Amino acid sequence: MQTTVSQTSPPEKSILYDPKVRGAFYQVLLVLIVGYLFYMAASNAVENLQRAKIASGFGFLNNTAGFDISQTLISFSAAGSTYGDAFIVGLLNTLLVSAIGIVLATFLGFTVGIARLSKNWMVAKVAMVYVELLRNIPLLLQLLFWYIAVLGPLPQPRDSIGMGAGFFLNSRGLFMPRPLYASDAWVMGAALVIGIVGTIIFRTWAKKQQESTGRQYPLGLVTIGLVLGLPILAWLALAVVGANPISFEMPQKGTFNLRGGMQILPEFVALLVGLVTYTAAFIAEVVRAGILAVSKGQTEAAGSLGLRPGQTLRLVVVPQAMRVIIPPLTSQYLNLTKNSSLAVAIGYPDLVQVFMGTVLNQTGQAIEVVVITMGVYLTISLVTSFVMNIYNRRVAIVER
Amino acid sequence: MSTAVDTNRFVRSEPIAALPPPNLARGPVAWVRENLFSSPLNTLLTLFVAYLLYVLIPPIVDFLFINAVWTGTDRDACRAETAGHRVGACWAFVIDKINYFTYGSYTIAERWRVNIFFAMLALGVTWLLWLKAPRRDLGAAYFFWLFPTFSYVLLTGGNLDLGGRFWLGFVAFAILLMAAFGLMAHLLKVSVKSGVAIAGGIVAVLGITLALMDFDFGLQHVPTSLWGGVLVTLLVATVGIVFSLPFGILLALGRRSRLPVVQLASVIFIEFVRGVPLITVLIMANTMLPLFLPADMTVDRLARPLIGVAFFASAYMAEVVRGGLQAMPKGQYEGAMSLGLNYPQMMVFIILPQALRIVIPGIVNTFIGLFKDTSLVSIVGIFDLIKTIEASRIDPNWAAPTISYTGYAFAAFFYFVFCFGMSRYSLGVERRLAAGQNR
Repeated sequence: MQTTVSQTSPPEKSILYDPKVRGAFYQVLLVLIVGYLFYMAASNAVENLQRAKIASGFGFLNNTAGFDISQTLISFSAAGSTYGDAFIVGLLNTLLVSAIGIVLATFLGFTVGIARLSKNWMVAKVAMVYVELLRNIPLLLQLLFWYIAVLGPLPQPRDSIGMGAGFFLNSRGLFMPRPLYASDAWVMGAALVIGIVGTIIFRTWAKKQQESTGRQYPLGLVTIGLVLGLPILAWLALAVVGANPISFEMPQKGTFNLRGGMQILPEFVALLVGLVTYTAAFIAEVVRAGILAVSKGQTEAAGSLGLRPGQTLRLVVVPQAMRVIIPPLTSQYLNLTKNSSLAVAIGYPDLVQVFMGTVLNQTGQAIEVVVITMGVYLTISLVTSFVMNIYNRRVAIVER
Repeated sequence: MSTAVDTNRFVRSEPIAALPPPNLARGPVAWVRENLFSSPLNTLLTLFVAYLLYVLIPPIVDFLFINAVWTGTDRDACRAETAGHRVGACWAFVIDKINYFTYGSYTIAERWRVNIFFAMLALGVTWLLWLKAPRRDLGAAYFFWLFPTFSYVLLTGGNLDLGGRFWLGFVAFAILLMAAFGLMAHLLKVSVKSGVAIAGGIVAVLGITLALMDFDFGLQHVPTSLWGGVLVTLLVATVGIVFSLPFGILLALGRRSRLPVVQLASVIFIEFVRGVPLITVLIMANTMLPLFLPADMTVDRLARPLIGVAFFASAYMAEVVRGGLQAMPKGQYEGAMSLGLNYPQMMVFIILPQALRIVIPGIVNTFIGLFKDTSLVSIVGIFDLIKTIEASRIDPNWAAPTISYTGYAFAAFFYFVFCFGMSRYSLGVERRLAAGQNR
């Protein structure tokens, strides 16, 4: 494409050379191509669905499900519940394993990440081996391994391992006492809420005090005292009055199975352990990079101000490292949530397993099911990145 | 400072005795003291980790090597009661099944074709990744055009048998395309010859590809339902990379484009794909692709997840490439424009070569992720390495307690070697690229 530019007279300006015209042409072309593809796909889909006599629309959500789910956070039965209920059960299970996984992975990841920077040679090397090993093996393989490693050695229900205090372990999972709340248990709940609100108020006040006077308050102790102490006090007070706000339903050992109590599925444990250990390896790298990103001058300046190493870490390094750590950390949280869909490989009833698996197979309404499932994950992702962008704008360094 | 009258009283007349030499600062003892036992907390940590290693390492070594079974033809070798001793990993199982793990059920007499595919893949990867390799432009042409075409012919057997009518249509299409390009060149008042030459190039590439796929080389047809194991794992990864790199570059350029519709389309595609788990994309490809195509067209069972993986990888690749495009200093764009280059020339000759070079580590890291994610195709019923292991570990002929662990250990080893190797490579490139900055 050699343009011949005449040297003597300026060339006539053809509208073909106008960038705006060209831009409009390319965009119209793109819209036409994409539109054509969508039109073809849609018309083919309608035709195919009609021939296969598959209903369309979201009416199937009100149909009776007719299958059981092994772990349900809301009441669910094969006969009485609908596909819509199954969707909610799956969604809640996904959120449950993601939420617990995120908390545990954060703890483990920060520990390993800091361990990688440890001056202790052995600790640093072990952390490095952990990270390299876990990061370079597919999560699916790790889940399969944890599943047979956790489930394999466990005995049949009739030979359940009693662990005392109503805890039993067998191949159907871990059974433990289920807390039953009496009518006056609300007092404890109220105490917990008051404790949390009180902590927030105290922290805001303490921060203001520190900014104006420089005095520091024992935040950690007060937090623990308020959040844990108040409910315990409330329980004691109730016990003194003679009320029993919380009792436990013990699992009963039958001939073939355990009845009652609370059951934690081995699938759940395997999925949780797999997700946590895998994601922690990535979080460790994020944390390490974040801490290394804080320039050495900051540590030295803190030292010359007379701060002790612990204070330096807590007050100078970590707040600055968090600015670097938080965005990739969020994407790791999202990855964990998305990776929880691998539950389908080991049979934990998460959203994908229940909805994209069983419901899709039973109804055959692929388009609706796929759209709903993807919509859920997409919503989680987009909401999280939206919140993260707001946060990022708040903590970003304001350039002069 | 002091206004002493008689300074002599405060000045030593002879030097004080020398301090004893400092503690050993070199040698193994000092190293251990400094790195393992520098403080009480450190000592405690060291002891704790040492105990942890003591608990973990010996059983693993014992399982993998000392008590492992290396020879045998069936389960008797790997059962404690028949073997007569404690049994660790049953490597005899892996050795017995190694062909299945590598080729799946690929026709035995035709497996040399798969070996050639592996060799061609190795050649292409080395050519592109070795930064000092000669003629890496030819390498790119090989990897993104000749290699996929030859692989298709080799693995399936080719001989599409397109028929005379198809070729008549193709000739008509070729003439039309050349005429359209000639007309465009004429309207734009540029050299008609070069316009026709570009169209001719496109026609030639398409024509040669199709001709190779159509030609009967006398190879036996091997249906994709027989493929499996490492072959499929590498195939999924290869399709992912071959497709995702060009398409990802296009998407990244689209996202950086000033044309609002192009930008919007790219952003929607990228964010949509990155927001959903791969497994949902695979299930979607599996269940919805057949719906979207005309009734008389069927998509191969293996091709469906391949399409899903290719799209999925493209979105991630696009973000990596976008990072490289954004890292280019504005002067590079302005310099290119002031030389009178148009957009494609600017991108192909100035920006992309530099931008892609600085994101090689990012591309390799994305590829590591893709390589691990290929294992997910087993969930939609494709016989990749994981699925062949899942199928073999329940083989009654090899029913023994440690078979599952052995199979998983083998798969873990395979993935680890590939992924760790690639991550070391990417670190090396990173260091090499940074060397220019550390003058």
